[in-house]
Amino acid sequence: MIRIAWLVAKKDLRIEARSRVLLWQVVPFGAMALLLTGLALGPAHAGNSSAGPGLFYLVMLFVALLMINRSQVLESTPGTRASIATLGLDPAGVFLGKTLALCVELWVTGLVLLAGTVLVLHTALHGAFLALPSVLVTLGALAAAGTLYGAMTAGGEGAATLLPVLCLPAFAPLLIAGERAFSAALTHGGLWEWWVIVVVALVAYVGVGILLYGVLEES
Amino acid sequence: MTPSPVVHLRGAVALSSGFPLLSGVDLDLEAASLNVITGANGAGKTSLLRLLAGLLALSSGEAEVCGVDLTNGDLRQLRRRVGWLGHEGSFYADLTVRENLRFCALALGRPTDEIDAVLARVGLSSRVDTITKKLSAGQRRRLGLAWLLLRRAELWLLDEPYASLDDQGRTFFDALLADVINAGATVVLSAHDPLRATTLRPRTIGLVGGRVREVAP
Amino acid sequence: MMKELSQRLLGPVTFALLALTIWLGLWVTPPDKVQGNLVRLLYVHPAVAWVALYVSFGTATIASCLYLWKRTRSWDMDRIAHCAMEVSVVFIILTLITGSIWGRPTWGVWWAWDARLTSTAILGVLALGYLALRRANDDPTLRAKRSAVFAIVSAINVPIIHFSVQWWKTLHQGATVFTSNRQLLVHGSMAWTLLISFVGFTLLFFWLLRARYRLEVERDAAYRAAFDEAVSLRQREGVL
Repeated sequence: MIRIAWLVAKKDLRIEARSRVLLWQVVPFGAMALLLTGLALGPAHAGNSSAGPGLFYLVMLFVALLMINRSQVLESTPGTRASIATLGLDPAGVFLGKTLALCVELWVTGLVLLAGTVLVLHTALHGAFLALPSVLVTLGALAAAGTLYGAMTAGGEGAATLLPVLCLPAFAPLLIAGERAFSAALTHGGLWEWWVIVVVALVAYVGVGILLYGVLEES
Repeated sequence: MTPSPVVHLRGAVALSSGFPLLSGVDLDLEAASLNVITGANGAGKTSLLRLLAGLLALSSGEAEVCGVDLTNGDLRQLRRRVGWLGHEGSFYADLTVRENLRFCALALGRPTDEIDAVLARVGLSSRVDTITKKLSAGQRRRLGLAWLLLRRAELWLLDEPYASLDDQGRTFFDALLADVINAGATVVLSAHDPLRATTLRPRTIGLVGGRVREVAP
Repeated sequence: MMKELSQRLLGPVTFALLALTIWLGLWVTPPDKVQGNLVRLLYVHPAVAWVALYVSFGTATIASCLYLWKRTRSWDMDRIAHCAMEVSVVFIILTLITGSIWGRPTWGVWWAWDARLTSTAILGVLALGYLALRRANDDPTLRAKRSAVFAIVSAINVPIIHFSVQWWKTLHQGATVFTSNRQLLVHGSMAWTLLISFVGFTLLFFWLLRARYRLEVERDAAYRAAFDEAVSLRQREGVL
């Protein structure tokens, strides 16, 4: 399982590094979305709002949707899908590998957007630094959930539009927990309950993915 | 005792969106044989190959491929034993030729030191580090053959393999098929017309309306 | 014999209990000291929410698990999961509507960022997502497997969503029927009416589920007939 996971993760990351979709499409989209949130807040609030953490996660959710879709598209041409299916890869390994690759991509985008939040929405740099561990774990949980939901919609009718419908309700607790943990880091408040939500979600999605990804692939 | 056939289908029906791609196929294929499926567009050639690869669900009837029951058997095990070459291009377009083959070899637990020999065999040695999407259609087809050689599949399923091949490519491909059949593999390929090659003695299976209409010889 | 009798009685008993709930709730039980006549929603809203969040979603989840488990895998389980989730959507919408009707005079707004309200709405979108996922896949096996996995993942999500929203903020009143140490908060005719409403709405769920299930069986029969017809037409291609 670990061998296949590593193989799949390396393959996905290599494709991403070569195609530069993350660099030229996803990161600019995220940066623009972050700017738009500032415009939506209005001139009075754009630079001094406490909404920075929430807006950061909102933008990250949209970015995650793009990247989950992209992660599934790699195998979506009929020929590639058939060829890969005939390799008979261990589904748990495929799930872990795709989750790992997506997680790394989300981390890279997350770090850029976190810097953007500090720069554009004037979120305190020290607080953003303190929030970093919770951001990384929350994005990890998003990656695990996204890989699972991505496989559920892959190849179905209107997969790109169905994906947000399935993902966003499941992402809601991660958005809440991530935002609260980030805000708590800014105000030096308690945040243990938000870690509970994020860690439980991460463990649940990874566990379910390992157990049930094969059922989705088998289909 | 007669050896059991590699493919055994009885009344095999396969659907897609309610449409019967296959409408009751009866077919037996022996090991180490070359079989050509012919038929008009929409006759069900690709669907039959996909069914044999365990990539299309059997809706009704009986089907056994390489000893695996398509209704209740372990389809993942079956898929590992077949080699599929579609006409759409079957690789990661952003990986190089070597990276694609390396992924295939590592995924199947095969040694990666066979890659160079396989690439030399299909005439792609000079394209080892070329990104796959930059290959011509014919070169991609050769990469597909390298992928299959590396896999050492028991059952080769080739969807219109002669498309995009020039005369030299066709001759090379006929020789390759003869070798893999001699080595004990079974080959099933689809083509619009019966095979023109003179060196091979294929069995031709004519499909009409998702069913086998004629088998020759 | 017993099964047939219970099936025959399910409809009449359900509607008798719901009629009794309406009569007791509107005419027999007294208004509340604080909430006045608004308390009469107590005989509808908690029971509807119970069916929406526990009975129907739970039925869909259990049926999905039974479908995925190879020993108990059958189309019946897939049908039950599908039908229960459809009924669940109806009850979740009813829960939100009755909750809003209660919230407007109590909180002053139709929608509040309350924990239960928000998590119920999210659950409603999950249930709609389940139905959308079913519509996106034509192949019955693919549809059944994917929707079963989605139902199970959604069920695991329910407590995560619940606690995240609850810790985020809550306005909703606490337990209505029992205190945290299981002492009854509602007494007399109000308690009986509440109990009858819970039983009535639970039976209504099973009555709706049965009706929907029968429709699904009819649909499957029609699908099989269409399947035979399509195969026969396909076989005649190139012959006629």
